[in-house]
Amino acid sequence: MTASVLVADFSARQGSFQVTAAFGVVAGRPLALVGPNGAGKTTVLNVLAGHLAVGSGSILLGGRDIVDLAPEARRVGLVFQDFLLFPHLTVTDNVAYGIRMRGARRSAARAAALPWLERFELGALAGRYPHELSGGQAQRVALARALAAEPDALLLDEPMAALDVEIRDEVRAELAAHLRDFAGPTVVVTHSAADVAALAADVVVLERGAITQRGSWAQLRAAPATPYVRRLVERREE
Amino acid sequence: MRIRSLPIAAAAVAALALAGCSGAGSGTPAPSSTPDGLKGTVIVLAAASLTEVYGGLAAKFEKLHPGVSIIESFGGSSALAAQIVQGAPADLLATADEATMKTVADAGLAAQTPIVYATNVLTLVVPPANPAKVTEVAELANPAVKVALCDTAVPCGSAAVALLAAEKLTVTPVTLETDVKAVLTKVEVGEVDAGLVYVTDAHSAGGKVKQIAIPDAANVVNRYPIALLSGSADKAAAKAFEDFILSTTGLAALKAAGFGTP
Amino acid sequence: MRLSGPAVIIRVIAGLALALLVLPLLGILLSAPWPRLPALLVAPATLQALGLSLLTALISTALCLLLGTPLAVVLARSVSWPVVPRRLLRAAVTIPLVLPPVVGGLALLLLLGRNGILGKYLAPIGVTIPFTTGAVVIAQTFVAMPFLVFAVEGALRGADRRVELAAASLGASPLRVFRTVTVPLVAPGIAAGAVLCFARALGEFGATITFAGSYPGITRTLPIASYLASQSDLNQSIALALVLLVVSVAVLLGLRDRWLPGVRG
Repeated sequence: MTASVLVADFSARQGSFQVTAAFGVVAGRPLALVGPNGAGKTTVLNVLAGHLAVGSGSILLGGRDIVDLAPEARRVGLVFQDFLLFPHLTVTDNVAYGIRMRGARRSAARAAALPWLERFELGALAGRYPHELSGGQAQRVALARALAAEPDALLLDEPMAALDVEIRDEVRAELAAHLRDFAGPTVVVTHSAADVAALAADVVVLERGAITQRGSWAQLRAAPATPYVRRLVERREE
Repeated sequence: MRIRSLPIAAAAVAALALAGCSGAGSGTPAPSSTPDGLKGTVIVLAAASLTEVYGGLAAKFEKLHPGVSIIESFGGSSALAAQIVQGAPADLLATADEATMKTVADAGLAAQTPIVYATNVLTLVVPPANPAKVTEVAELANPAVKVALCDTAVPCGSAAVALLAAEKLTVTPVTLETDVKAVLTKVEVGEVDAGLVYVTDAHSAGGKVKQIAIPDAANVVNRYPIALLSGSADKAAAKAFEDFILSTTGLAALKAAGFGTP
Repeated sequence: MRLSGPAVIIRVIAGLALALLVLPLLGILLSAPWPRLPALLVAPATLQALGLSLLTALISTALCLLLGTPLAVVLARSVSWPVVPRRLLRAAVTIPLVLPPVVGGLALLLLLGRNGILGKYLAPIGVTIPFTTGAVVIAQTFVAMPFLVFAVEGALRGADRRVELAAASLGASPLRVFRTVTVPLVAPGIAAGAVLCFARALGEFGATITFAGSYPGITRTLPIASYLASQSDLNQSIALALVLLVVSVAVLLGLRDRWLPGVRG
C-alpha cells in the first residue's frame, strides 16, 4: 500500500528565482539533495510538499500525480530544520496530530501515538511541551510526528542543523536507523557531507536552480563535476 | 474635600490659555497702544446655546478695544458652573438658567448679583418633511410619534418636563439626550418625528428642521443670567465686556438669534 | 550600579507619562463621595446602567471576536497584496480609532437610521435599529473592533506561519489548520484583544449616544449615565465613573493568567 517511488520533473518559480529539477527516489535508497545556500533546495522541498505551485511538470508518487493536490492530500511527511513542533500541544498530541487529521478521535489518536512514542523513546516525555525539550528530543518528536501520519514519502530539511555539534553523530546514527525502517521514498536536504555519507544512498546536486551532478556518494567523490562538489567531498567534517 | 493639586492645574491651564492668546494676538497691530487704554485678557465661560451670539460679540468687542483679548469657552451650564466651583480661572460666567448660576453665587464666587438679560423658550421641531404630521405639542403623547427630549439632568430637559406637566401630557420619548444640540441632530437626520429644543437652537438650524411654535401661556421660560466672577484677574476689561453684552448692540444680536427679553 | 544619563532621562519621562495616565484616576478616587457611595452604587439607576453596559459590552466583544478574527487573518496575510488595496484595508480597520466616536455614531445613523442608506429598506419591513439595545451593540462593535483586529493581527504576524505548513503536511485541511493550530497559537493575542475590546466597548460613549440615544434600561449605558449625572450631580457621576473604572481594571487584570498552557507569554 505504501508508494515506493517518487519521480519529480518540474520547474517552479519563487519570486524571480527559477528552479528546474528532475530526479527519482526509490524506497530504501534515501536521496540527499545537496547544494550551496540559495541553490533552490528548500524551493524543491516546498514544491514536493505542495506549499509552492509548479510552473509546469509532474510529481509522481506511487503511480499517482500529486502535483495538483493540496498539501494535506499529498501524504508527504515533512521534518523541518527547526522542527516546528506545535508549541501549544504536548509531545503526545504533537505525535497524535496527523493521526487525528486522518479521522481518528482524540483518545484513539493518542492511543495510536503510543507505539510511536515508544519507538522514539519519548514515553517519559509524553506530557511535556515543546519548549521543555532538548534539540535532540525535539528532533525525535518531529520525526515521530511525521511518521505517525503514515506518509507515502518523507522529506527532511537540514535535520541536523539545529542540533549541538557534540550530539550530531549520535543523533545522525539514530536517524539513519529510523530512515531504514521507513518504507517510502525519502529526500534529505543538507549541505553536510557527513549527513550525505550517513543518511543517503543517492545524491542530487543543485546549484543556482539546476541539477549539476547526480550519483552515489562514491561516484561524487571519484569525479566531482563542479568546484562546489569538489569542496563538499573533500570536507569530511563540518 | 477639595483636591489639593487643582489650583496648580488651574494655573497651568491659565498659563496655556494666555500663551495661546498672546500667540494669536501677535498678528494684530500694536494691541498694547489703544485709544481707550483698555487692555487685558477676559476669560468667558458661556452656555452652549450662546455660542454663535457670544462669538460674534467677542469679535466686535476686540475690534473696538484692540488691547483686549476675549477667550471664550462654551459648554453645558452645569459643567461650566462645576468648573468654576472646582477652581477654573475665569472672569465672566453666562449660564442658560438661574439655578446653575445660583450654585456659583452660593459658593461665594460671583462678584456681583447675577443680571438676567435674555430669555429662551422651548419650541417643537420636526424634520422638514414632518413624517408623523405633527402640528401641536399634544401629539407628542401619541405612542406612534417618536420623540427626543433632553434628560432632566440638563436644563432643556427640566424645561421640557415642566412644559409637558403644564400641558398634562404623558410622553414616552425614545431617547433622553445629553444636550439640546443632540436632540436637534436626531430631528435633523429624521431619526425621530419630533423634539423639544430651545427657540434659539431651532433658529440656528435654519431650514434643516421645521419649527412649530408653542403658545406662550404653556411655555416654560429659561432666564439667562451673567455675572462677574470674584476670581477675575482683569476686572476692568471683564466689566467692559459684560457692559457690551448688555448694550443695545449686544441685545440686538441676542434678539436676532431668537432670544427674548426678560 | 549607576544609571547613565540617557537612562535617567528615559525613566523620568516614563514616570511623567505614567503620572499623566494614573493621577487623573487618583483624582476620581480622592474626590469620590465615599460615605454616600454604597447608596449610590446600589441605586436602581446605577445597577440598570451597569447591567446594560456589561450585557452590551459582552455581546459586542463576542461579535468582535466572531467578525474581527477572520479580518485580522486577512489583514495579516495582506502583506503579499499590492500596496494600494493593502493600505486601504489597513486604513479601513483604523478608521474607528481615529474618527471621533460621535462622528462614527453619526455615520452609523446615516447608514442604518430609518432614512439611512440601508436603514430605509429596513424600516418598511419593521426593522428600526436606532434607539434599541441592538444599536448600542453595533456602536460598541464599531469602535471596539480595531482593538481586537490589531491585537490578533500582531499575534498572527508574530507566530511562525510555517507551523501551519507543518500541520498541512500532516493532513490538516485549511479550516482545521486554522482551528487547531492558528487559533491556539494566537490565543494570547485573541485574549488580549478581547480584553481591550471589552474595555473599549464598556467605555464607549460618543457613538452610542449619537446612534443609539440614551434611554434608561434600553440604551443608557454606564458612561452615558455618568456623563448625564455630571450635568447635575457630580458625586453621582463620580460614583458611576468609579464603577466603570473598577470593572475595567478588574477585566484588564483578570484575564492575564488565562493564556493557554505551554505557550510562554
